[in-house]
Amino acid sequence: MATVEMSFTPLPVHVRTARLVATAVARRSGVGEALLDEVRLAVGEACSRAVEAHQAQCPDEPVRVELTGGNGRFEVVVTDAVAAGPDDGTSSSAQPAGWPEPANGVANGTSPLDQSGPPQGLGLAVIAGLADDVQFARTPAGLSITMSWPSDGTS
Amino acid sequence: MDLKLDHHTRDGIEVVDVEGEIDVYTAPRLRELLIELVNNGHYQLVVNMEKVEFLDSTGLGVLVGGLKRVRAHDGSLDLVCTQERILKIFRITGLTKVFGIHDTVDEAITARKSEK
Repeated sequence: MATVEMSFTPLPVHVRTARLVATAVARRSGVGEALLDEVRLAVGEACSRAVEAHQAQCPDEPVRVELTGGNGRFEVVVTDAVAAGPDDGTSSSAQPAGWPEPANGVANGTSPLDQSGPPQGLGLAVIAGLADDVQFARTPAGLSITMSWPSDGTS
Repeated sequence: MDLKLDHHTRDGIEVVDVEGEIDVYTAPRLRELLIELVNNGHYQLVVNMEKVEFLDSTGLGVLVGGLKRVRAHDGSLDLVCTQERILKIFRITGLTKVFGIHDTVDEAITARKSEK
């Protein structure tokens, strides 16, 4: 069972609340002060991505966040309720569209200035750069992003 | 904290002072300001981020969008930032190679003037 669970209406204004709660639980779980900024930013990125996906496909469904501390790790799971699409990139690679190659700082290895719109995948690049460990899971309920950091707490 | 925006002209360069959090909720306001400045003919921009407490990828996208707009008019968009936690995001995404990032507004203006 997660230490703290929350769900919120997929609106940008609530992402800040999710960031603040995640940071508070991380601190309580024994995550070092030096890592709290990384937790805050990575959780915000994951929630922003989920909100964007929900607004496009299922605006009435809440975004779910589970925060678990203990056993030397602080784990965050952000789950959206967006069904897999034919071109969401998960069918062949088990990773969402826009996920950057490991060696690249920017998604798809292209300069953001080469793109016609706002840079895609920057949020995922940020998550990959900040979280100590990141995993994706596509389930019937939606896409889960699991991130974790070391902690010295037990609960 | 919410986002506070202000701007003023200095030595022919428009300086945008940003304070607070730039995230998925507040970034559209910064985007609107940058678009307004470009539409009003300001193509040399310096965005002062010294009082920015939080920046996410949405904010990065707005800054990249602003840079694209001014470059379409042979302009520039430089940043002022010394905060390590903000600079780290630029490094992770490789955007330190895209933006000119300076320690002070004076330095940013001087650097821009010297390139003219």
